Amino acid sequence: MMEENKKSISRRKFLLATGGVSLCITGYFVLPSIFNTNGKAAQDGELIEKKITVWVRLMSDDQVIIYTPAAEMGQGSMTSVPVILAEEMDADWSKVTILSSPVDAETYGVGWYPGGPKNMVTAGSRTVRSYYQPMREAGALIRIALLQNAAEKWQVNIDELTTRPGIVVHEKSNRTMSFGEIAEFGNFETVPDASKIKLKDPKDFRLIGKVMPRSDIPSKTNGSAIYGIDVQLPGMMYGFINRSPVHGSRPELTNETEILEMEGVQTVVKLDHGIGVVAMSFESGFKAKGQMQINWGDAPASSHNSAEDMSVYSQKGATEEFKNGDARTAMASSEKIFDATFTNAYVYHAQMEPLNAVVSLSSNKQKAELWIGSQAPDAAQAAVAQIVGIDQKKVKVNQVFLGGGFGRRTLPGYAAECASLAMSVDAPVKLIWTREDDVGYGAFRPQVKHFLKAGVDKKGKIIAWNHCAIGPGGGLSKNGASISHYDIPNWRFTRKDSNHGIRTKHWRAVGHGPNKFAVETFIDKIARSKNKDPYSYRLEMMQGNERARRVLELAAKLSNWDPSPKNGMAMGMAFADRDSFSCGVAQISLNRETGVIRVHNYWCALDAGIVVQPENAVAQVEGAVVMGISSALKERIDFKEGKVVQSNFHNYQILKMSEAPKSIGVAFIDSVEAPEGLGEAGLPAVGGAIASAFAGLTGKHLYDMPFTPDRVLEVLRS
Amino acid sequence: METNFILNGENVSVEAPNDATLLWTLRERLQLTGTKFGCGISLCGACTVHLDGAAIRACSTPLSAVTGRKVTTIEGLSASNNHPLQRAFQEEQVPQCGYCQSGQIMQAASMLNKNPNPSEDQIINQMNEILCRCGTYTRIMKAIKKVAQEGQS
Repeated sequence: MMEENKKSISRRKFLLATGGVSLCITGYFVLPSIFNTNGKAAQDGELIEKKITVWVRLMSDDQVIIYTPAAEMGQGSMTSVPVILAEEMDADWSKVTILSSPVDAETYGVGWYPGGPKNMVTAGSRTVRSYYQPMREAGALIRIALLQNAAEKWQVNIDELTTRPGIVVHEKSNRTMSFGEIAEFGNFETVPDASKIKLKDPKDFRLIGKVMPRSDIPSKTNGSAIYGIDVQLPGMMYGFINRSPVHGSRPELTNETEILEMEGVQTVVKLDHGIGVVAMSFESGFKAKGQMQINWGDAPASSHNSAEDMSVYSQKGATEEFKNGDARTAMASSEKIFDATFTNAYVYHAQMEPLNAVVSLSSNKQKAELWIGSQAPDAAQAAVAQIVGIDQKKVKVNQVFLGGGFGRRTLPGYAAECASLAMSVDAPVKLIWTREDDVGYGAFRPQVKHFLKAGVDKKGKIIAWNHCAIGPGGGLSKNGASISHYDIPNWRFTRKDSNHGIRTKHWRAVGHGPNKFAVETFIDKIARSKNKDPYSYRLEMMQGNERARRVLELAAKLSNWDPSPKNGMAMGMAFADRDSFSCGVAQISLNRETGVIRVHNYWCALDAGIVVQPENAVAQVEGAVVMGISSALKERIDFKEGKVVQSNFHNYQILKMSEAPKSIGVAFIDSVEAPEGLGEAGLPAVGGAIASAFAGLTGKHLYDMPFTPDRVLEVLRS
Repeated sequence: METNFILNGENVSVEAPNDATLLWTLRERLQLTGTKFGCGISLCGACTVHLDGAAIRACSTPLSAVTGRKVTTIEGLSASNNHPLQRAFQEEQVPQCGYCQSGQIMQAASMLNKNPNPSEDQIINQMNEILCRCGTYTRIMKAIKKVAQEGQS
């Protein structure tokens, strides 16, 4: 067995030495981002390698190296994006090796909107959606370059040439030439004739929409996948930081001498938000962290008590964010007015890999190299450059696997921290956050209080809608509040920021989770008060949006929708529009003694346009549903005097296997529309679907998320 | 302090401080980084390895406790990533971010060694403390059942 270990280590070295791509690496390091879809390493020897464009290198043995700009955090887009390019290039997928692209936003980035400033952020379910068209065009252009070279070689007209996977074909003369052969002689200096580009008809896709294994999965079953925490450099030291328990409070270390005298401790680093230590070993650094005595200064956030503050959130002073029609007038003319107040707690990302980074500086500290799993490697690069005081181009970033992101890893602070520690010593430093650090210095999806009011006409149709959201985090509670997919003519969304001086951040699906819980549960309440089936009621309100309606209908079909409780179980439904339209159906039971809700089965129908990787898409929805159930049933962060109350998985519990649904059924609308985002789409409907099922079971409504047993019991007693 | 034990079938001797844990010794001194750090206090299971065949949490195991004993990590589970569970986890496309998966596979492997044909409840009972934030539980269940069924045929 040990022999195999040695083998796998030497294979890593082999990959580093012969990976085919020059990656300037200081010292040795386990190259993380090299994969081959057929599981083989690039072969050494007399290979000729040609850079075709910034995206692709071709080898004379037919191997195709495709650079992926996407961070890989489990969402699969490091495979999806190359699949799109390989499709139009007509590459042989079994010969494709995927490498992380350099961190260079101008070359590899994409804007948040067409023509917007380019960045390399992997977030907001945007990667496949944003890169779909550019990568198709990039792939098609490479194909033209290959055809042009073959045409010249054979002295034939380019229009007589076609391709099969990895091969150029001249049918007239029955000749073929592999892409690798073209790499040997080809000239790729001249820009191909873009006018020859003809994108494939989606019905001719060979790769897109087909079940393709993700390239990262084998390495994730044998321990060889490299995450930030796994990076090791010669002479590397270990860094830890005690960070402000209250955001903004400044530290004063009172036992610096004692800490510096501890065995293995090299330096103490004073930061605005904490005190760092660099030590020779994990153990000595960890021990020194625990021994620090720090007086923390006062900060405005110390007045924040989350529950108490939420209880006094009011609509007074809220301002309009968006609207349709005239909700005020319509409300006044309504037959009946409904209102309800909903809340959702702060939630924590709880990615399984706590934050970490490795920084190595050149001896004159004029160059830096960063190893990090980041959703925004360009921002991390800029953060390191700023700390070191050098140009961003002098910072080389090595993107490694992310042990979960969910939004947390878009913040570059942990890269900056690591650079600060590395500046204090003449050695590379690995910064390790403990789980307690990761929770205590987390950046949370904000708590929000939602005031909802709706006016219905004589027929029971909603004609006026008012939603007011109060909470911290600026625009984080804004998206997901739109109800434009319903035929509600007059609606208005207002918002007020309640700045408590704490850290808030995007969390999978951002505002959609909380807003859809409130919106959908409110619709469910109105439907049930009219004795209407929540499905039929929504159907009546979706006559104006065919795409949305078809998703709703598919969910009903998929789940064999039946609103009547049976054998202690009931179904509930909710709809969402995070990029893709999605409709979730939860089947739950309730223990009335303990207040524990159990989701037994879940179904989710979606319209995501063209689904590039169907199997991965299903997995993404399954994961989003589980994370949605976890946040709806269990998760909450509390603040007491500005401090985060929770600290680790005992008091911030996430869903376990025993609590996960037995089955999650996922179905997509068959579509030729451009791809929509999928990483988050399955999540926002979960809270509403569970609340709807609870109402079906008990006739009572859940207004406060998470639906923890104590709250459920309180609702049952009400 | 020098500690001797059998790691993935081979005798190893490692020099580490008295307060060293098995987890950080495996990761930082022996370069076996497949065993992950998730919580540090036996709450998440990402660091699960085998000690004399039983699944344990390496983060809470003092290095001294493994003296003379057999430790198996994910790197030593099979000769070439071909343990039935590793194959099944690939076939069912289980991992997403992948960070918890070493722990999932090691916990499941230890269970199947003792009970090659576990019921669904037994699987849940054995796997319940290994957390997965990406929500791959239904696929983990499928993969384990697949291995159990193949073992019966």
